[in-house]
Amino acid sequence: MRVDVNDPNADRTAEGKLVPTPGQTIGPFFGYANGYEQVHLPFRDGHHLVPPTHPDAVRLTGTVYDGNGDPIPDAMLEIWQADQNGEIPQETGSLVRDGWTFTGWGRCAVDNVGTYTFSTVNPGPTEDGKAPFIHLVVFARGLLNKLHTRIYLPEDTEALAQDPLLSSLDETRRQTLIAERRPDGSLHLDIWVQGQGEHADKETVFLQFPGIDYPQN
Amino acid sequence: MSKEPTAVPRSSGAADQSGQAPADESFNNSHVLDPAATQDSQETIDAEMKQIHDAASGETQPRVNFPPYRSSLLRHPTKSMHHADPETIELWSPAFGHRDVHTLESDLTIQGNGEPLGERIVVRGKILDGDGRPVRGQLVEIWQANAAGRYVHKRDQHPAPLDPNFTGIGRTITGDDGSYQFTTIKPAPYPWKNHHNAWRPAHIHFSLFGTDFTQRMITQMYFPGDPLFSLDPIYQSITDQKARDRLVATYDHNVSTHEWNTGYYWDIVLSGSNRTWMEDEEGDH
Repeated sequence: MRVDVNDPNADRTAEGKLVPTPGQTIGPFFGYANGYEQVHLPFRDGHHLVPPTHPDAVRLTGTVYDGNGDPIPDAMLEIWQADQNGEIPQETGSLVRDGWTFTGWGRCAVDNVGTYTFSTVNPGPTEDGKAPFIHLVVFARGLLNKLHTRIYLPEDTEALAQDPLLSSLDETRRQTLIAERRPDGSLHLDIWVQGQGEHADKETVFLQFPGIDYPQN
Repeated sequence: MSKEPTAVPRSSGAADQSGQAPADESFNNSHVLDPAATQDSQETIDAEMKQIHDAASGETQPRVNFPPYRSSLLRHPTKSMHHADPETIELWSPAFGHRDVHTLESDLTIQGNGEPLGERIVVRGKILDGDGRPVRGQLVEIWQANAAGRYVHKRDQHPAPLDPNFTGIGRTITGDDGSYQFTTIKPAPYPWKNHHNAWRPAHIHFSLFGTDFTQRMITQMYFPGDPLFSLDPIYQSITDQKARDRLVATYDHNVSTHEWNTGYYWDIVLSGSNRTWMEDEEGDH
């Protein structure tokens, strides 16, 4: 379809924006990357925002689950975050990492047992007193559109208590967005694309930002 | 009671005791055969889709809960999406540039030692935000099946030939006017296991970034007049015809080249930018 911005009859939303193109599932064959080959979207060191040997490297990990509580083995996750000082990176080079430049963005195809792992740094607060978080977007076979969420660092409880998003959630839902810090410094958060039955409370809070609809959700 | 574990532990993704990392891909896993796959007939799927479509109107995005697409059953959130205002990092996107992507990566027909088989096509268009601003200098990635309907992927077991001269992956960086262009091969439809005799319409997957990370999206571009449209639960998960049409490229004779390729045109609109734009950033559009 061709979109003519100057056409007064172009399809627009109630807010006067051009109607966005619909999303579709990433499908089963979005690719993989390993030590000796890379196919399609995932790329070498895509999940290493900093090398794991970096003195400040933090392991961010978890498992992606479906509504049966089974791991989803064909999901792709991306994170986007500020650096340790809370600065928003605008450096190029994510796809060809030089090992020194922090670009703030990473991509990870989960493994056969649904586990994702990023090597990154703790983001700093982007403003004084703000709760630092890592933005996460989830794609998967079977998932017809992208899902956005946040991974908050657990330490600054005062900032977490004042966070506008977290304050708008009840305690159970809130917990789905706050990572657990393990003694080795790693951050753990499982992503439940769907929670049913005994797992109902675990379903991750997913975010709908202005301009995009999730019909019937 | 035996102390031997009776089930495969779920967390077996880490390096095993021999110190060897596990293979990234393995066929010893049950997910290779999708448990959600069914033997339902096309007629059953059609009837389910019709029932949903008849009760819907004016939707602009796919349903994430669309039971005719069997794999969506356990993979959609059951709770309402939480409305949120984007903050700080979410009002920016990662920066990509020519450091990340070589100019030649937008030509999928020159990645092997010879010409890939199939119909050589050019796909061209623009990436715009909701206000019609071109999305400049951003990463566009595509991936697709070859002219026989086969992906370069170990899990694709469709017995159609691989093409040694075609990997089906392309990348580019948009121009100042938000434009992109790929030279590739027209992909073929392929069978999948959603239901009995299920075939996907020919499509190219697109991965897109905007100026805000909230605009991040993955979608599929289709070809005009595909006879499989009405049968496909992924395409039909968008309940409104007008919205589905937004995923279909136009044959464009101006994109075709004399004795070389046929041409398709497809514009992509991302959800509106939430950032407050400075005048100098905005430029003309």
